[in-house]
Amino acid sequence: MIIRFILIQNRAGKTRLAKWYMQFDDDEKQKLIEEVHAVVTVRDAKHTNFVEFRNFKIIYRRYAGLYFCICVDVNDNNLAYLEAIHNFVEVLNEYFHNVCELDLVFNFYKVYTVVDEMFLAGEIRETSQTKVLKQLLMLQSLE
Amino acid sequence: MDAMATGEGRREGVRDRSRVCKSKEAEIKRINKELANIRSKFKGDKALDGYSKKKYVCKLLFIFLLGHDIDFGHMEAVNLLSSNKYTEKQIGYLFISVLVNSNSELIRLINNAIKNDLASRNPTFMCLALHCIANVGSREMGEAFAADIPRILVAGMDSVKQSAALCLLRLYKASPDLVPMGEWTARVVHLLNDQHMGVVTAAVSLITCLCKKNPDDFKTCVSLAVSRLSRIVSSASTDLQDYTYYFVPAPWLSVKLLRLLQCYPPPEDAAVKGRLVECLETVLNKAQEPPKSKKVQHSNAKNAILFETISLIIHYDSEPNLLVRACNQLGQFLQHRETNLRYLALESMCTLASSEFSHEAVKTHIDTVINALKTERDVSVRQRAADLLYAMCDRSNAKQIVSEMLRYLETADYAIREEIVLKVAILAEKYAVDYSWYVDTILNLIRIAGDYVSEEVWYRVLQIVTNRDDVQGYAAKTVFEALQAPACHENMVKVGGYILGEFGNLIAGDPRSSPPVQFSLLHSKFHLCSVATRALLLSTYIKFINLFPETKATIQGVLRAGSQLRNADVELQQRAVEYLTLSSVASTDVLATVLEEMPPFPERESSILAKLKRKKGPGAGSALDDSRRDPSSHDINGGVEPTPSTVSTPSPSADLLGLRAAPPPAAPPAPSGAGNLLVDVFSDSPAAQPGLGPSPEEAFLSELEPPAPESPMALLADPAPAADAGPEDIGPPIPEADELLNKFVCRNNGVLFENQLLQIGVKSEFRQNLGRMYLFYGNKTSVQFQNFSPTVLAVQTKRVASQVDGGAQVQQVLNIECLRDFLTPPLLSVRFRYGGTPQSLTLKLPVTINKFFQPTEMAAQDFFQRWKQLSLPQQEAQKIFKANHPMDAEVTKAKLLGFGSALLDNVDPNPENFVGAGIIQTKALQVGCLLRLEPNAQAQMYRLTLRTSKEPVSRHLCELLAQQF
Repeated sequence: MIIRFILIQNRAGKTRLAKWYMQFDDDEKQKLIEEVHAVVTVRDAKHTNFVEFRNFKIIYRRYAGLYFCICVDVNDNNLAYLEAIHNFVEVLNEYFHNVCELDLVFNFYKVYTVVDEMFLAGEIRETSQTKVLKQLLMLQSLE
Repeated sequence: MDAMATGEGRREGVRDRSRVCKSKEAEIKRINKELANIRSKFKGDKALDGYSKKKYVCKLLFIFLLGHDIDFGHMEAVNLLSSNKYTEKQIGYLFISVLVNSNSELIRLINNAIKNDLASRNPTFMCLALHCIANVGSREMGEAFAADIPRILVAGMDSVKQSAALCLLRLYKASPDLVPMGEWTARVVHLLNDQHMGVVTAAVSLITCLCKKNPDDFKTCVSLAVSRLSRIVSSASTDLQDYTYYFVPAPWLSVKLLRLLQCYPPPEDAAVKGRLVECLETVLNKAQEPPKSKKVQHSNAKNAILFETISLIIHYDSEPNLLVRACNQLGQFLQHRETNLRYLALESMCTLASSEFSHEAVKTHIDTVINALKTERDVSVRQRAADLLYAMCDRSNAKQIVSEMLRYLETADYAIREEIVLKVAILAEKYAVDYSWYVDTILNLIRIAGDYVSEEVWYRVLQIVTNRDDVQGYAAKTVFEALQAPACHENMVKVGGYILGEFGNLIAGDPRSSPPVQFSLLHSKFHLCSVATRALLLSTYIKFINLFPETKATIQGVLRAGSQLRNADVELQQRAVEYLTLSSVASTDVLATVLEEMPPFPERESSILAKLKRKKGPGAGSALDDSRRDPSSHDINGGVEPTPSTVSTPSPSADLLGLRAAPPPAAPPAPSGAGNLLVDVFSDSPAAQPGLGPSPEEAFLSELEPPAPESPMALLADPAPAADAGPEDIGPPIPEADELLNKFVCRNNGVLFENQLLQIGVKSEFRQNLGRMYLFYGNKTSVQFQNFSPTVLAVQTKRVASQVDGGAQVQQVLNIECLRDFLTPPLLSVRFRYGGTPQSLTLKLPVTINKFFQPTEMAAQDFFQRWKQLSLPQQEAQKIFKANHPMDAEVTKAKLLGFGSALLDNVDPNPENFVGAGIIQTKALQVGCLLRLEPNAQAQMYRLTLRTSKEPVSRHLCELLAQQF
């Protein structure tokens, strides 16, 4: 059970967050980003939230114009990751008070902090929204 | 962009940018200006304060994340690490995590800062440091910190423990040797009892990873995991407060615990087991309760646990009651309105189908699954439905499933057609009660989806028909009928051509399919077919001449036609010429022998199954077939495959025409698994680096130095490497290279190398001092190889495509000229990227000096005269060695002919001995060679003597040849 990478992309394919938990070189990262975009954006609401990807699978969910994608092993638990995405989005939403794409762009360094609180080393680290938000507010008070 | 440091400021800055920067060029210009500004700040005389440093480092990060390269600022970022302010430290660590690669020179400074933070007792700073280690995860960091982290893990504050657990997990994955658990094991396992659910969540991941290597050390985690799980599962939806997600208590932790349990067999302790079974039943019961919320999050979280529970039940495969309940639950999901659930139910049921306890229960859902195959909108759901049908297939429902899959094939998505074809072919073979059904099914496959019927499939039908005489007549009749369709797929022509060539006589009695009718039917397709098919048909025609003498005149007419005899394609021309000659010079008896029916193929695993495995990758699909679980079946791919050339060239004809002995049609399976060694082997061990030929245009096996057997690797060395030869350093050949090379000393075609990823086939021919070699690189995976670059030192090659698609093959042609005698073969270096990892491989190209042998016939008297002329001690090389293979005179003869020399009869007074003669042709000189091989059947030994005019050549030939017996 390990996440290979987490990607947040908009519909045009602009990356808003890329978190890698495996060693890839830069070209490979760029390729993955493009491939994920191509695979995910052609799917509609009637499709599943899972799609096979190389030797892995992508679990993704779309929020407005943003695709949140997690790449995991094929035998990982699809629904657990699907809800991990939602849990993460709810935290972002609470933290940024109605999060929008620009929040992710301008506060990228905060987004990385949120990610590290919730996912670390490719594993789910903390799932309690209350705990994560408390920690984030504490960190914000240090700024 | 000056105001970019704070959130607000950055928003301003970018708004400004988006207003101003209309084009990409303008953006780049703007960025470059900003970079120049930052650079000057960093280089300025005035020392920057922490705030400004943070501001500019943050800007650099922002620019990097916009997609621009950043090549400075690393030092400033490292400086930020030692700041006392959280924000400055955080930006510093973020920069390091995103931008600094593990081999940076700064790693010592970074490690120092991390060390300070870990020792700071400030949980915020400790977490930042731990996250940085977890994000970078390099070996250097492992060496520096792996020993400290277990201490933090068991004694730190809660949030620090969480981070430490996952940090250790990352280090363990990167360098397991650096994480000595020993004394910590018990305390780590006890983290499962921790008060803080977040700590447990992180610890379960760590334990799941560690216990895979040392299951016994962590065995105690099973009972702890069960009791933890039991507490969660039986708690009310609000008991766990912060860890309740949409009325589901701790869904992710439950899933992780259930996955941890899947690392172990069912608990032996009855109490633990009882408690666990209770948990599993509770989860199954809860699935039947009305939902506590209508939100999809609620049902997803609940079902995440349910699916993991079912996985555990399947993993145990010992509780029939639970297996059947699981199956019923999944059955309900098959008709759920959520596509996700239908998909997951199909997927999960696939594994249930392989359990003897639930196989029957799964089968009851066949109609729903067939319906899913027909109506689902998402192709991946249909694919799961096809997988499940495949998994639930047995003798009782094979006909229904095969016919449904065939029907589906007519409208199936292109993406999955090939796989469906393979599945149908396998099921049809596996569950065939009568083989006429099997033949019908395969011919239907070709009719419906001919383009997707791979060679493996139609080879297999030929193998089966050849091996079972009860179906041969039916097969001949059926292909004959199928060929009558005005437009039939080329694969049908291939199968038809082959079968009629072998068994056309079985239906020749019927005037509607008399020999001339059969011939004209096949020949009517001839002109529309590709070269390979036409080649196959020509072989069919020569077989017809044998089967039906009455067609001889017609067929000879066809072969004699200018379009055949002077065909631009060498293969077709050669066949036409040879077959025509064969049919004119050979007597009926000889013809009948040469063109005899093909012997049965050795029974072996279906080549199709191997192909399906390749497509799906290891572990995918169902485990229904026992043979799929058999590890030994993995290297079967290189086995006895009738390749087009061996199918269609009846090889004995070559003998008659006085050509060289054909290579045995069956290539021995190439050793697999070599691939695992490659990367490691290459990194160390000093590389012998053979240089390049003297001029790139001519490019050959040349030697500049006189041969010096003491240092064979240096022989191809060139004092001044040619310019365009490329700086690529080629690693030393793989350890098996010599062994692989040895297989090709006496033959020119076969599989040179094979591992899980790649197969390299060789076809070569040599005349005088020239040679041409075709290398076939086959991608055995379903994933494209990138940057594929095979290079051969010292040989002229044509470039090949740099991508090789999954399952595809590319061909490379080498033109070879032998300039002088040589001892070491050229090296073939293959590099490519597979799924992100670079692969490289160095082999010895199967070109040995004996390839340039020209056989020389001579009478006994001449032989002895020359033998005496070469009587200097250094001209002779002799070896006495034990036989490694059965001592069969015919095989020995074939090997010596394959080696290249002529075999001289009636020369040696002892008829048991073999003598041969030949001339090695190089551009610079010719080397006459005489050889004598004396088998001693009693002692199971051979004595081999070589005499040539050049000492190193004698010795080298002697060594090469001695390894062949």
